[in-house]
Parts: sequence; C-alpha cells; structure tokens
Amino acid sequence: MLKLFRFLKPYRTPIFVIFVLVFFQSMSQLYLPTLMSDIVNKGIINGDVDYILRIGGLMLGTALFGSICAIFSSLISSQVSMGFGRIIRSRLFKHITNFSLHEFDIIGTPSLVTRTTNDITQVQNVSMMITRMMIIAPITCVGGIILAISKDRDLSWIIVVVIPLLLIFIAIVVSKVYPLFKAMQKKIDKINQILRESLIGIRVIRAFNRTEREETRFEEANEDLTDVSIRVNRIMAVMMPGIMLFMNLSSIAVIWFGALRIEHGATNIGDMMAFLQYMMQIMFAIIMASLMFIMLPRAQASAARINEALDMETDILDPAVEKPLGEGKTSISFEKVYFFYKGAEKPALKDISFSASAGEVTAIIGSTGSGKSTLVNLLSRFYDPDEGSIRLNGTDIRDIKQSTLRGRIGFVPQKAVLFDGSIEDNIRYGKPDASDEEILRAAETSQSMEFINSMEEGFSSPIAQGGTNVSGGQKQRLSIARALVGRPEVYIFDDSFSALDFKTDSRLRSALKKETSESTVLIVGQRVATIKDADRIIVLEEGLIAGMGTHQELLGSCPVYQEIVYSQLSAEEAE
Amino acid sequence: MSDSSRRGRMRGGPMGMGMSTPGEKAKDFRKTFSRLITLLKPAYVKLITIIAFAILSTAFSIVGPKILGKVTTSLINSIMAKFLAFRYHQPSPSVDFPYIEKIIFILIGLYLASALFSFIQQYIMAGVAQSVVKKMRRDVNEKLSRLPLIFFDNHAHGDVMSRVTNDIDTISTTLQQSLTQLITSVATIIGVIIMMLSISPLLTLVTIITLPISFTATKNIVKKSQKNFAAQQKELGIINSHVEEMFTGHVIVKSFRREKASLEKFNETNDRLYSASWRAQFVSGIIMPIMSFINNIGYVIICVVGGILVTRGFITLGDIQAFIQYSRQFTYPIAQTANIANILQSTIASAERVFEILDEQEEIPEVADPVIINKPRGEVIFSGVRFGYKKDSLLMENLNIKVSPGQVIAIVGPTGAGKTTLVNLLMRFYEISGGTISVDGIDIRNMHRENLRTIFGMVLQDTWLFNGSIRDNIAYGKLGAGEQDIVDAASIAHADHFIRSLPDGYDTVLNEEASNISQGERQLITIARAILANPAILILDEATSSVDTRTEVYIQKAMAVLMEGRTSFVIAHRLSTIRDAETILVMKDGNIIEQGNHTGLLNKGGFYKDLYKSQFSKADVNENPEIGYLETKI
Repeated sequence: MLKLFRFLKPYRTPIFVIFVLVFFQSMSQLYLPTLMSDIVNKGIINGDVDYILRIGGLMLGTALFGSICAIFSSLISSQVSMGFGRIIRSRLFKHITNFSLHEFDIIGTPSLVTRTTNDITQVQNVSMMITRMMIIAPITCVGGIILAISKDRDLSWIIVVVIPLLLIFIAIVVSKVYPLFKAMQKKIDKINQILRESLIGIRVIRAFNRTEREETRFEEANEDLTDVSIRVNRIMAVMMPGIMLFMNLSSIAVIWFGALRIEHGATNIGDMMAFLQYMMQIMFAIIMASLMFIMLPRAQASAARINEALDMETDILDPAVEKPLGEGKTSISFEKVYFFYKGAEKPALKDISFSASAGEVTAIIGSTGSGKSTLVNLLSRFYDPDEGSIRLNGTDIRDIKQSTLRGRIGFVPQKAVLFDGSIEDNIRYGKPDASDEEILRAAETSQSMEFINSMEEGFSSPIAQGGTNVSGGQKQRLSIARALVGRPEVYIFDDSFSALDFKTDSRLRSALKKETSESTVLIVGQRVATIKDADRIIVLEEGLIAGMGTHQELLGSCPVYQEIVYSQLSAEEAE
Repeated sequence: MSDSSRRGRMRGGPMGMGMSTPGEKAKDFRKTFSRLITLLKPAYVKLITIIAFAILSTAFSIVGPKILGKVTTSLINSIMAKFLAFRYHQPSPSVDFPYIEKIIFILIGLYLASALFSFIQQYIMAGVAQSVVKKMRRDVNEKLSRLPLIFFDNHAHGDVMSRVTNDIDTISTTLQQSLTQLITSVATIIGVIIMMLSISPLLTLVTIITLPISFTATKNIVKKSQKNFAAQQKELGIINSHVEEMFTGHVIVKSFRREKASLEKFNETNDRLYSASWRAQFVSGIIMPIMSFINNIGYVIICVVGGILVTRGFITLGDIQAFIQYSRQFTYPIAQTANIANILQSTIASAERVFEILDEQEEIPEVADPVIINKPRGEVIFSGVRFGYKKDSLLMENLNIKVSPGQVIAIVGPTGAGKTTLVNLLMRFYEISGGTISVDGIDIRNMHRENLRTIFGMVLQDTWLFNGSIRDNIAYGKLGAGEQDIVDAASIAHADHFIRSLPDGYDTVLNEEASNISQGERQLITIARAILANPAILILDEATSSVDTRTEVYIQKAMAVLMEGRTSFVIAHRLSTIRDAETILVMKDGNIIEQGNHTGLLNKGGFYKDLYKSQFSKADVNENPEIGYLETKI
C-alpha cells in the first residue's frame, strides 16, 4: 500500500492543504469545550448573561469555521483519492496493455481484470477513508491531549492510563477476531466452490444419483461456516459494550478525581467539564481510527496484487534502432527455434526450422498440445524463442518494431474474439480506414455475407461483448474477415475453421486462395481435409517436427501423419 | 477466480459511516418482511430476551449522565458555599464526599450492568442470527436439488450463486447487527427524550427543533449524492467492461496494433469516472460536517440558554452537563435509524430473491408406488412424445423411436435438431408434455428418478469432474466401489496407463477446472466413471468432439468396450465416429426424418447423404442450405 503512494506525488500540495484544514477542523471542534468551560467558570458562576451570549456567539463562529474547513477538506480529499485511483488505474492498464502473453499466462486474464478494476477501487476507497478519517484521529488525539494537559496537568494521568488500556483492549479483541475473519472468508470460498461445482455438474450429479452426497458436502461446509461466524460474532459482542464501559468508567474517574482536586482548590468545575469532553473526543477518535484499521488488510491485499502486476516487466521489447526489412518477396523463416514456457522442464518447441515465402501455403498439424499454436504465436512475437531466430524477409523479428511486424501479419486466433460494436466495426477493426468496398469484399471472401444479410440490420447489426449473440462458426468467419480487410503480407489461421461445417470450410478455402495468392499463409489445423492441399505440411509431435512435405509425401513417409489421416478419413478418401 | 465471485455489493464502512449505496427496493416489502420474521419464530424466547436485554442495557446507560450531573451539581453547590464562606470568613465547608461516593458506586453498578446486558444480548444474537442463516442456506441448497433442470437453463450460475452467498450474507449481517442496533437506537431515542424532558422541556424543545433541519439537509444531500453515485456506478461499469474486453482480446488488440485506440478509450472513461466519483464522494463527505455543524448549533444554544437558565436558578449546572451529553447521544441513533432503514430495504430485496428460489416450481413429485427395475434389459420406446422447452413452442410434436436391448443407436442432425433433448427426456431431466417414454415396457414416470437414472450411464462432451483425486472421481460412478473395481474400470477405459504415469497416480488431485490433465485424459476418466457404474443403457453425447482425432481413436476404442452388450445412444457431430452404428437416426427440427444404417442412408440420397458429403468430400456437395447450421458453438 505504501509503495503505491508514490503515485500521490502530483498531489503533494493538496495533501498538505488537507492536513492544514483537518488540523483547523479538529482544533475548532476541540476549542468548543474550552469555550464552554469559560461559560461555566466565568459566565454561570458570576451570573454574567452578556458574557454567556458573547462566548455563545464565538462558539457558533468556531463551529462554522470548523465545518467550513471540513467541507473543503472533504472536497480536496475526494479529488485526491479519486485522482489517486485514476492515476493507478491508467498506469496499470497501460502497463498491462504492453504485456506479452507470458505475463497473461502467469497472472491469468480474469485476475488481471480484477486487479485493474476491483482492486483499484478498493485501494481508492481506503485512501478516501484515510484522508477523511485517519488523519483526523491522531490530530484530534494530540490536540486533545495538549488541551487537556493545559487545562489540568495533574488530572492528565487518567488519560495516560486509560488510553493505552483502551488500545490494548481493542488490540486483543482484534487479534482474536482477525484470524477468524480470515478463516471465515476461506469457508465462504469453500461454500462457493461446492456450489459452483454442483451447478456446473448438475446433469452428471443427477445422472449418477449423487444429489445426497453433494448435499452432505454443502451441509458440512455450511456447518463449518456457521460455527466460525458464531465465534466471530460472539467475540465481537465484547467489543462495543467493552468500549462503552471504558468511556463511562473513565468519565466517572474524571469526576471523582476532579472532585478531589476541586476540594483542594486546584481546579475549577468548568475546566473539569472541558477535560471530560476532551477525553471523550480523544477516545472517540481512537475508536474510529481502529475501526478503519480493520479495512486496511483488505486494501493491503489489493495493493499487493496491483504492485505485483506493476512490477512485472515484459521482456518483449522494441529494439532501440529498427533494422530495415529485406527487399523483395515476403518470406518468413524459423531457424533452429527452441521455446520453453516459463518454468516448464520440457521445451514446447524443439529445433524448429522451416521457411515459407509469398504465394505458399504452409500447414501445421498435430495433436492437441503438440505446439502448433505456440509456433504461430512466436511469429507474432507474443513470445520470444529461447534459442534460434525467426526472420521476416531475412531480418530477425526482434530487430524490428512489434508494430511493423504485426502490421504485416493478419492473425486469426483459435478462439474468435469479437468486440462490443456492430459487425462492420468488428471487421473494420483490422483496418480503421477501410472503405465500404473493402469491408464488403472481406465479408464476401470470408463467406459471411449469407448470415449478415439474414440479420435485420445487416452490417450494422450489433455484436454483444465476446460475440455471444452469434454462433461459433459466424464468429470465426467474422474474425477471418477482420484479418482479410487489412490485406496483410502474412496470414496466420490458427485452427480458425474448426467451427465451420465442411462445406463452408471448403468454400471459404477456395475463396481465400484467390485472395491470398500473393501472401505467405500459415494454417494451423486439425482436419486433414482443411490442410491437405497445402504446399507444405509440417507435422508436429510433442514440439518436434515429425515430418514436413506435401500430403502425398507425408502419407508415404510420416507415421504420425498417417495415424492422423486414418483417424479421420477412410483409406480411399485419403488418397 | 474467487476474487471475481466476491464482486458483490459493497456495504458502507463500519458503523454505517459513508453511504450505503442506493439500495434496490423490494417488490413487496411487507410480505417478504413478515416471511423473514416467521423464520425467526422458532427462536422467539431468545428474541424476546434479546429485545429485553437491549432495552435494559440502553436504559441503564441512559440514566448515567443524569446521575453524573448530580455530582457536578453537588460540586458546584459546594464551590458556591466555599465562595460564600470565603467571603464571610467562615470555615470552608468540604465537598460532600460521602454523597458523591455513593452516587459513583451506583453509576459503576449501572454501567457494568449495561455493558453486561449488551454483551449477553449480542452473544445470544450471534447464535440466533447465524442459525437462521444456516437454515436458509441449507433450505436453498436442498431446494436447488429438487428443482427441474429447466430452472438452471433459465438462470445463470452467477445469479444463483449470488443469491446463495451475497444475498444470504446481507441477511446475515442485518440480523446480526442492524436488528439489535435498531432496537437500541429506538430505545435510546425514546429514553433520551424522556430524560431530556425530565431535565428541561424548554431545552428539549430547542434540541428537537434542530432535528427537522438536519433531516432536510441530509435528505437533500443524499438525493444529490445518489445521482452522483449512479453516475459513478455507470462509468465504473463502462470501464470494467472495457478492461474485460481488452484483456480477453489482448491478442487481437496487439495483432491489429490497436493498443493506442484502446488506451485512449480507457483514459477518456477514466477521466469521466474520476469526475463522477469525486463528486459523489464529496457530496456524501459533506454530510458529516453539515450534520455536526447543525449539532453544534444545538450544542451552543444549550450552553447559552442553559447557562442563562442556571444563572436564573431554573436548573442546576449538573443538569446542563447531563443535557449536553444527552443531546450528543441524540443525533447518532437518529442517523443510524435512517441508515438501518436503508439497509433493511436492501436486505428485504435480498430476502425476496432468496425466497424466489424457495418458491420455484419443483420437479413433479415421485409416484407413490414406483415400479422398480432390478435387472434392466435396456429396451427403450418413445411413443408420440411431445415436448418443448418453452410452453408455447413445441420442439417435438410426435416422436416415435423403438430401441431393442443391446442395440447401438446413433443420432445425427444439425444443431438444434433435438439430439441432446432426446437424452434429457430419457433421463427425465425434463418432463414431456404428451406421449410416453418407457424403459423395459415401464413408463418412466412410474419409476423413481433415482432408479431410472441408475439404469443409464452418461459420457458427455462437457467432462465434469470435481475437485478431488482421480480415484474419487472414478469412484463417483458407483457408491462403495473398491480399489480393484476402480483400477479395472480405468484399465478398460485405457486410462490406467496415463493415470499411473502422473506423479501421484490415482491420488492426483484434479484442480477446480481440472486443467492439470488434458481434455482427452479428462474424457477417459469420465468413461472410466461410466464403466464403473455398469449401466444397462449408455449415453454418449458428443463425447469426443473436443479432442483431436488421434486421441479420439483411443477414446473410441475405450468406448467400444463400454458399449458391448449395452443399449447405447451415440450422439455425434463427426459422422466418421458413427459409421458403424446399427441404426442411425437423422433428426431435424425435433423429428426423425431418416432412419437406417450408414450404407442404406447413403444410398437413399437424402439429408444424411448431404450431411455426410459436406463433411467428407471435396467440393462436389449438393447445395443444401440447411447444412450451414452444422456448427458447434465454441
């Protein structure tokens, strides 16, 4: 949490102003009892009504002044703490935008989302609490103690005794309750998990008649949670009565010892009454502050998560000086590429070498987990290889800017992601300044026209976030159109025909052929039918190239390829 | 993952400071409220104790200041006396210590009693509140297991989860804290008014006059701040969904070099969020200073008017001191009561959502005298079955199928044709609206669901495994299965080998998403689970569609063993997997449109042929637009 405060730098002056305002606010609040004691000592005892009225006016003025300070400090602290949130939010978002897939793998997308949203809100709200409540507590405390001593130094020992005792009491209760709170959160998570599991698996549970088992599991967790919550709340039941008892007993103490001192003429009654009120204000400040402290651990956890993301640096960087790309026809080549996922023992890709140039179609096939997607992700520099190099037109892709590289690649991912917006917006995403003709053409080539036309609003039809309102096949076709519209030099289709029926698949492929005849095309696929006609087929098996060649060549020479083919086609179809 | 599930509503800070977010309103406050009260009925003795103790505790603490005031009065009297004595050169009288001592002992007793009652009250409440909440949680969970599947189709998991956790949590906090706070607050308000009146009706009037002022002031501010909070909430929603979209589509954003555009949009929203939220925070933040100013006006008036009254001898100084303390105690419970009213609103709304689940229509109850099939043969007959997921639109109008024991039936057809529905009906996950489905000649509605479902074994595309060891997951198929049974089942499923190659073997714990083994391996475990269950009828619903074709070959081998001698229903997307089935049913729009074996159907040249060709041949496919639907959802 403290580490995040570095982002408060631009707010140094406003924060100073908050301190000043809060100081005046709490001083004026403390000054009221002083004035009241004057009313008692001088006004009431002497029966001086004018004096009482004059001091009364002064009190009103003081109260007004204090409230005005409070309002202004609230204004500034709102702006500071929300501005603090704004700065972290924008920093973090920008930082994460620059992440490579590595960092996304490590932290996980949902967690990154939570960090950028909820965690920051949490920190922001607590910083609000701090500026509003926690600053005022120590100031009131110190101010109150000074005033109390100035009123009656000898009575101040009561404060010295009572306040540490109060702190110890709160600390004991909190230290007992806090671990239980943590345990409670765990039990809640457990219940959630059981519930989620039984909701997702409801068909299986019912099919296997295991409803009772799930109920028992839930009931056990429920029992557990209830036990802990009862314990927490029973300990908490000591808290408020205890604090009240403290406050009441200390006011009795003040009166008793005050009375003794009055007897000796060491103090007067107005001062004693003021003293009593100072003490109440001090204790109240302490109680508020310690309640605020309960919120801190949660914000602390959030802050730690934010910091972790901020501290994570991506190792995929643009070169200081960009080397020029080679002239001539586009070509890509992999040279002895090895790649390990972070922390993995075995390489995901081993000794991958091949090259492809414009006008050629290279297909990559293999079992799930054989490294197909990893290979194409390396080409877009979503990861960097651990050994070897990948070249575009002869230049190592690490020596050119990522934007230069990606500007030449049209990427169609395995999981078709669409964004909130119209169909047209989604296609235009591939080329912001695309003309209507270009968009129409991309839609035609990707075989999307049929379903776009069947929609009421055609190209303006809305796509929900994540593309939940179109079918899997439609999503894939739109994501292909998005890549086509930019007319890139290199195409990557990462298993992006899988949700299409075979007929659309084949129509799409023949349309693509015309469109991409000048480009270098990489197709990752599982269906033999999809990749059969490629100029070069790379068969991957556990990260290694098990074979490379045309369909006919591989059918004769590569056992892995044969196995794949015969699992899909009958012998005569394979030929 | 768990942090995203905690994305619930946030309460204001402790002690109800800050603002409770503009709560949702209950639809029928009174009805839900009284229903919630009935839940508390079993504990009514305890509740009465709690209320009595809360009132006692408040009463004891409220008399305090007045008695304490007596000490002050006694002190000032003695000071006056001293003053007079001094003036008239008489021996100075002493402070009346025995009197003060007596009073102070009474006070200590009162405060101790008050604290004790308050503690006992909260202690009992903890038990009451938590057991009520526990019962609610259990009721909802048990209710969920009695609800038909159609309920789960219509309600998102997140929604159901948030009702069982967040909503019940809200109810729990309210019962635990707000209820006793309400009692205490009301008791305090009444008690304070009585005490103030007993001291000085005039001063009481002055204090109460400030109330409407603070009420209107707060009301206006709250109104204004709710508007700002709504704006803040809106911008927060926009920014959250932008973040979610951009992070999930990270690869796309990078591929198309749209980082800048995304950043610009983010910053714009972030700026709007900033300006909405500081306004919201500011407006809600000035409530306290304004309230305290109004409070202070009251305080000053009491000091001044009280001071004058004392000089005139109408009341004593100790009474003024007590009165000041009362007036300070007065506003807090009022603000709290207003806050609790808000909390109560959202609690009732929560309770309503929980009760909604409890009131959902349950599955049709089991028949009183069920027929039990002990040795199922596996004959299945659908005759004249009518069914629709929604009442007004029928998917199946008149479905007839007859399957003899041991037969393998493949079901093919485009998405939405009703293949999975068929299975759901057979397992009686849904109720048919006409016709009959019978197993071994017995209408499935005349059987207990449990007995019916033991006849079937299912392997689905969605490989659901729970968070536990592989052994436990396989054993899920049969209660009380021994180690040997489990290993045998795994061997038959071709799973034994890969399980043993895992570091912990059968003890490997599958994590929540079961992502530590591959999709194909998960599928093999579900097959082993089905093998262990040893069902008479087997259902394979798209069991291999999410694995690659080579893995599929292994799984198919495992399934072939499983299907031996059993009536089997195979639903498949890849037609290559069902070529060998004895009977292939081609479904479309809820009806069987073709029936026969592979060769027969191909020769017939109908829908099946088109379907088959679309999957296998190069480009010489008959144009048949229907096939365009044959797409799986990703």
